[in-house]
Amino acid sequence: MSCDCNDKKVKLIGDNKTGFQTGNTEHTWDLQKLADSHKVLAEYKYELRPVHKGFAGRTLYIDLTSLQIKEIPVTEDMKKKFTGGRGFGLKMLWDTIKPETRWDSPENGLVLTAGPMAGSTQYPGFGKSLALSVSPSTDIICDSNAGGYFAPFMKFAGFDAVQIHGKATEDVVVLIDGEDGAVRIETAPFDETNSHMVAEQLTHYYAMEDTDRARQLVAVVAAGTGAENSFWGCLNISFYDIRRRVTRLKQHGRGGLGTVLRDKKIKAVVARTKPFDALTNNPVDPDKMADVSTRYHQEIRDLDKDQCNMRTVGTGHLVEIMDAYDLLPTENYRFGSHPKAFNLYSPHFYKLWTQVIPDGCWVGCTMACAKAVDGYTVMTGPYKGQKVTVDGPEYETLGCAANMSIWDPLWVLEFNFYCDTYGLDTISAGTAMAFYMEMYEYGILNKERCDGLELCFGNADAMMELLHKIAAGDKSEFMTAASRGARRMKDWLKTKNWGDAQLIEDTGMESKGLEYSEYVTKESLAMQGGYGLTLKGPQHDEAWLIFMDMVNNQIPTFADKAEALHYFPMWRTWFGLNGLCKLPWNDVEPTDNAQTDEPAKVPKHVQNYVDLQNAITGWNVDKEELILQSERCYNWQRAMAAWLGRGRRKDDWIPYRSMGPVTVLEYVSHQERYDKELVEKLGLDAKKVECMKVEDKIKVMYDYRQSQYQKLADAVYYRRGWTPNGVPTPQKMKSLGFGDETKMLAMLQQKIDEDDAAGLNVWVGEYADDEQPPSTDLKYWEKW
Amino acid sequence: MSIIVNTREMEYIPEETMTQLLKRMKYMFPLVVVKIDGVVIPRVEFPETTFPDGVNIEIIHLISGG
Repeated sequence: MSCDCNDKKVKLIGDNKTGFQTGNTEHTWDLQKLADSHKVLAEYKYELRPVHKGFAGRTLYIDLTSLQIKEIPVTEDMKKKFTGGRGFGLKMLWDTIKPETRWDSPENGLVLTAGPMAGSTQYPGFGKSLALSVSPSTDIICDSNAGGYFAPFMKFAGFDAVQIHGKATEDVVVLIDGEDGAVRIETAPFDETNSHMVAEQLTHYYAMEDTDRARQLVAVVAAGTGAENSFWGCLNISFYDIRRRVTRLKQHGRGGLGTVLRDKKIKAVVARTKPFDALTNNPVDPDKMADVSTRYHQEIRDLDKDQCNMRTVGTGHLVEIMDAYDLLPTENYRFGSHPKAFNLYSPHFYKLWTQVIPDGCWVGCTMACAKAVDGYTVMTGPYKGQKVTVDGPEYETLGCAANMSIWDPLWVLEFNFYCDTYGLDTISAGTAMAFYMEMYEYGILNKERCDGLELCFGNADAMMELLHKIAAGDKSEFMTAASRGARRMKDWLKTKNWGDAQLIEDTGMESKGLEYSEYVTKESLAMQGGYGLTLKGPQHDEAWLIFMDMVNNQIPTFADKAEALHYFPMWRTWFGLNGLCKLPWNDVEPTDNAQTDEPAKVPKHVQNYVDLQNAITGWNVDKEELILQSERCYNWQRAMAAWLGRGRRKDDWIPYRSMGPVTVLEYVSHQERYDKELVEKLGLDAKKVECMKVEDKIKVMYDYRQSQYQKLADAVYYRRGWTPNGVPTPQKMKSLGFGDETKMLAMLQQKIDEDDAAGLNVWVGEYADDEQPPSTDLKYWEKW
Repeated sequence: MSIIVNTREMEYIPEETMTQLLKRMKYMFPLVVVKIDGVVIPRVEFPETTFPDGVNIEIIHLISGG
């Protein structure tokens, strides 16, 4: 049935008085009431036109304060400098925000982008969107990627990216309508807020007809009440699963981007597209795409089951591997394995997943690592007793459970469901909550200080209650601090003068204000850099070097590690420029990969990406140019961090828990390893070490490992062409093709001059007589 | 008697196969490239592959995660 709403046709699905049935739950929303309440605040009509060589050729600008909507052409210069996706997002923010802009400033922008390769269906993992904004956690730009259908649909509807500024005065939905060429801002007073509800509701509401096929052409971006009331807000990106007949969710998890969405009073951004096919992204050479893709699909079909088994268990297989390698964080990263960890191994979830079939989050993905539990009966909170579909859990969410020492698979599903629907990042929430638990164990927090909650490791009920209280907007002093994450909790505890301030700093696992993702890094200096010497904070999507460093011992010198911390972040950045998933790159490998010169880079797959970018865009790039594309974006983002007042060496510092043992318990748990290091690397006498108190050994190691990290930072900054204080130099930017970006170049020179005046442009590592810093010339770049 | 595994000295166990060595090292990650004195050993040959005292073995774990 249909009705008129503000003079536009809106299709309603089912009986508007009794609701409709999804795959799991019978909803009783009054869709007539919903339609009546959707008043159009602003509308912009645009010309529908096909995607051309992977680009829609324009971006969309929306200001919710002034209700201005306009389109902005994508120039060839923008493509050349910023490629697409995340690169476009950075440029759009650079042009519209100010150095003093913070996450809740009206001018802050939330940008959702699709790269030129996003929306292709031939090769796996080509449906990613990249979201960017000034983060509430870090005060700098955070980028975050997600699957789901939004980015391709936005592009098919006519836009390579959308940037949303300003704040609405009441809850709104933004619709990008590729059916009739219109963008609308509509009031949404009665729409649901939490993601599993609003995504389902709006998928039905905006589908052009009451069919599964029509629902597959709608994608929703949403957050939830948790995002409103914390700094951990994620953006959920929906896709309608025709087999389950339910709307599913993938997440832009990191950095609080969902918090920005709700601060702008946006309940959802919706993209609706016309039917599409393999050529809707309009590649220059579809035959080449088909050729490359067919070979790759065969690799997955033949090899995945004997390699990472992604199609069967997804990223969950990493739990047992990380546990075996002492890398699975348990009890707030104190340890890397646990006798009860087997309870979270993938076979337990294999039994829970329903319809265990290849299951992707974008069309054509044969890696198909998405997994879901249908008909899960919620055990707690506002949806208690309802049956829902839970996506995942992914490795990181399982790692959070391990970190809180909670070993119950059903609890993981509960935590995963509520984080998703409340619009909370499981990683940030889980890591921060593990820190609160350790503080509770030491008595720095206690039942009274935690509003009656007993946050002991393993107390699953208390952790769910904490999550519900945060999502409900509890504004007690403790809940306010807890909802803002590990960094703000550290500050709060120190302000209260509760406990040892250094212990608090050393054990709260955040850097730049963002919580760590779920890997123990104590024995891998390169991975410490992979978390600390990063753009947005400690997230594994820049570089994952633990095996290469700790297990393979392939990068023993600082220069080796710095080279890895140059190459791998550049390579992974490239996926974000193009709208791709990283997993198909190296979670399956060709049979002859071992015979190649650099098997860790999976050269055949790199060549696939070269061929595919050329086949889509018509460009003529090689693998070196792919890295250059990333290097431009990477340096621009770091430069923007400096512009926003951060992006220096002090901002790249990491808590000591990620460098080494903080407590006696941690040291003793690996005493043989640590004692050996004191003898072999620090040159202490073995007999003296035997007699030393553990506390004294910890202190010696504490100083040594922090010095090692500073030397690593020296080497990495030098390799990246940055100043010794971590600022990209104008000379570096010019070499990357930004010679005409005079505002950027002048800003960087000003920052460098300020650092000079403050005496900060110096190497900080303490070098022995037989060692040297990366360069004896502190202004080495000036000779370029 | 010893062998070198990923630059670290390990005890040599006569007649140990590559599969057994991986188990001893607790190396369960599936995407590994194994070289004995620079020669790549196909995965299917791990169960039958033995090696002499003093060899240099590289067990390269390819990056995954994330």
